[in-house]
Amino acid sequence: MTTHDVALSRRAMLKGAAGLVIGLYLPEKARAQSGAAHAFRRAAGGADFAPNAFIRIGADDTVTVLIKHIEFGQGPFTGLATLVAEELDADWSKVRAEHAPSNTDFYKNLAFGVQGTGGSTAIANSYDQMRKAGATARAMLVAAAAQSWGVPAREITVERGVLRHTGTGREGRFGQFAEAAARQPVPADPPLKDPSVFRLIGRDDGSVKKLDSAAKSNGTAQFTIDMREPGMLTVVVAHPPRFGARVASFDASAARAVQGVVDVKQVPTGVAVYANGTWPAIKGREQLRISWDESAAEKRSSDQLIEEYRALARRPGRIAGAHGDAITTLARAERIIEAEYVFPYLAHAPMEPLDGFLGWDGQRAHARFGSQLQTLDHQTIATVLGLKPEQVELETMLAGGSFGRRAQQTSHLAAELAEVTKAIGPGRPVKLVWTREDDIRGGYYRPLIVHRMRGGLGDGKIVAWTDTVVSQSILKGSPFEAVMAKGGIDATSVEGAKEIPYDIADFRCDLHTTDVGVPVLWWRSVGHTHTGYAVECFVDELLQATGQDPVAGRLAMMGKAPREAGVLRAVAELAQWSGPGPVNGRARGVAVVKSFDSYVAQIAEVSAGDDGPRVHKVWCAVDCGVPVNPDVIRAQMEGGIGFGVGAALYGEVALDEGRPVPANFDTYRVLRIHEMPQVEVRVVNSSEKPTGVGEPGVPPIGPAVANAMARLGLGRPRRLPLVRAVA
Amino acid sequence: MALAIKVNGTMQSVDVDNDAPLLWVLRDALGLAGTKFGCGVAQCGACTVFVDGKPMRSCTLPISALGTREVTTIEGVSGREAEAVQQAWIARDVPQCGYCQSGQVMSAVALLKQIKQPSDRDIDLAMNGNVCRCATYARIRAAIHDAARALEG
Repeated sequence: MTTHDVALSRRAMLKGAAGLVIGLYLPEKARAQSGAAHAFRRAAGGADFAPNAFIRIGADDTVTVLIKHIEFGQGPFTGLATLVAEELDADWSKVRAEHAPSNTDFYKNLAFGVQGTGGSTAIANSYDQMRKAGATARAMLVAAAAQSWGVPAREITVERGVLRHTGTGREGRFGQFAEAAARQPVPADPPLKDPSVFRLIGRDDGSVKKLDSAAKSNGTAQFTIDMREPGMLTVVVAHPPRFGARVASFDASAARAVQGVVDVKQVPTGVAVYANGTWPAIKGREQLRISWDESAAEKRSSDQLIEEYRALARRPGRIAGAHGDAITTLARAERIIEAEYVFPYLAHAPMEPLDGFLGWDGQRAHARFGSQLQTLDHQTIATVLGLKPEQVELETMLAGGSFGRRAQQTSHLAAELAEVTKAIGPGRPVKLVWTREDDIRGGYYRPLIVHRMRGGLGDGKIVAWTDTVVSQSILKGSPFEAVMAKGGIDATSVEGAKEIPYDIADFRCDLHTTDVGVPVLWWRSVGHTHTGYAVECFVDELLQATGQDPVAGRLAMMGKAPREAGVLRAVAELAQWSGPGPVNGRARGVAVVKSFDSYVAQIAEVSAGDDGPRVHKVWCAVDCGVPVNPDVIRAQMEGGIGFGVGAALYGEVALDEGRPVPANFDTYRVLRIHEMPQVEVRVVNSSEKPTGVGEPGVPPIGPAVANAMARLGLGRPRRLPLVRAVA
Repeated sequence: MALAIKVNGTMQSVDVDNDAPLLWVLRDALGLAGTKFGCGVAQCGACTVFVDGKPMRSCTLPISALGTREVTTIEGVSGREAEAVQQAWIARDVPQCGYCQSGQVMSAVALLKQIKQPSDRDIDLAMNGNVCRCATYARIRAAIHDAARALEG
């Protein structure tokens, strides 16, 4: 394989990236005509200055940054605004962020070629673009002040939103020059700051606060589910109990009798109940009598799938990555260790279940929801309603988490939203709401996966490594398939397994891609959710078998992986590593995983509790290149660790003859506050290009906990979740 | 049926079914959308409000069972504890996606009204009904301790 990483292959989708930065700067006429006119329209009042698609400066000195990435907790509102404010020399207390509208020309993810968020790319793809946008605005403000004061532009300094000319003692705020700046020519190539003079990027004294904390602490932050419009109907859809089933017939008479229910319609995904309010919609749905045609439905249980996958894993699959001759070396090895790892289906379970608002008058449609792949969702709504894309407006809303759930390569939510709108007819705005049960039982899971690993040992070293992966393909049938699933290898199935940071002479990773009727999706850190576990647990076991220390043994094989080694050394220092223990009933486990071009190492301190392992403390070192907002990076590591601990200990959507067993948080157990470990994070200094942090905190924690369990004498857990393994 | 309920100090008339949970009355009938839906079965705490000053999950409380008790939501919560908690939340940049935080704040305010200087164990007991999928738990804990210290001073 020539592709090295999903992040890289996603970047390969980039088309005409070099032209984009230039394309940002629109002449007035083009602005007015463009689909992004919305963004500029909101730059109301003649005094406002909208130098490009990303920045508006008001007469009141407010700097509003339009954020092309959805904010659902990972921090792009703050991060992208920081990049702009740095080059603009803005006063951080005057900076605001809001979502950019759906417009692929202006707001595409430079790593994808479409507007969308994922793969921890927000900062990475925006770093130069947002800085340049800020530098442009700054240059135009300076030019306006120079003209007004009759002084050379180069003699003007800018600090915290104030322009100054020392020679004449003149000074003025951004707002005073906003109107005049708008009349200045747009500079083609404004200079960017040298990192040594950054004032906001990398600042860690608590002064660059997140922009959305207040609204999210007092209940005023508005999410999709909070939408209310005159005449709006709330819609819930009865989905089939098994994936792939279809409505055969239904009786809605009892549902229609529920007070508040307005209508009931069959839609492609099931039966939709329309009501005045959420409660009557839910009650109405309970009264539906639906007969399902399950002839094409998936009816296998998880246990059955696991047995099929295990049998497949004993046969060689399609090669995803190889060097040397692992098969021959294994056959000659002094000792062979084998391990099989089984990973369950996982639901994302974001706190805000899927939802969407859509108004449609037959000619134009206005959608508002937490869209994570705007270009695809926008097109889908247009197609279902028979409109042209320019007849559709899509406004991205704050979303209550995603963890991958809202990045739908099939746009299934947008499609259902448009279908329920179409079925009731124009002039009836709808709010589609999924309940928690719809969410947990609704599929689009992290796939069920089996890894079969074999390691050959000789002379006290690891001499050969094979890993056979069995999984459904996330990308199959999606618009991303052509780029990310070349040669029959879905890159997301084997990322982190097809190449590993350890020098092992003879190496092979192969893949079986299965056909199962359960819809699957990327789940925070995608393939690394399982490859990180399989690789880091297995290497730990092999190191133990050869009598090596988990840290020193890894470092000895990391000659070609300096950044992995760097975070491993940093975390060992942070935790004052002196071996895995156990000491006083607590053992320490190590793992290091590179994902999405960021490097994270973690050490977990674990004891054996009454109902499973207890994770007391986690030390974490992260190298994500230039740290833009160190506290956001720490927050993402803390959150990634908590999310990963919960999934590793408890996460499983088991299927019983095709039907998902858990339905809500009582049966799909997630981490709670008393189970959250203490977390200490070190952000490694780096001058490399910045990379993402939304996902990379997740992969190392599962194997770090499992490796500690092994040292506690609890065995080496082969099947997740871990609490099952202990039970 | 028409009902009169007292929310955030004001009497409100609502026309809803007897069995309608308080959550949906607040959100859909009264437009108080700060209180969130997360599970509908009192498992996640996103819908936490005060009923006569005590934290309750509004998603499983039928409006007919409310009686004359007074409801306080995130929009109406006030007083020293609420101020201290919300300031601590902002100072620590606790929220990530923010969706669960109304419920977290309400539970934290209720805790500090009851216990002035809560231990970690007190926090575990008071807050473990509030799920945060972003796992902001470490900052929630730290912010509650911060708020307790601020109230002491």
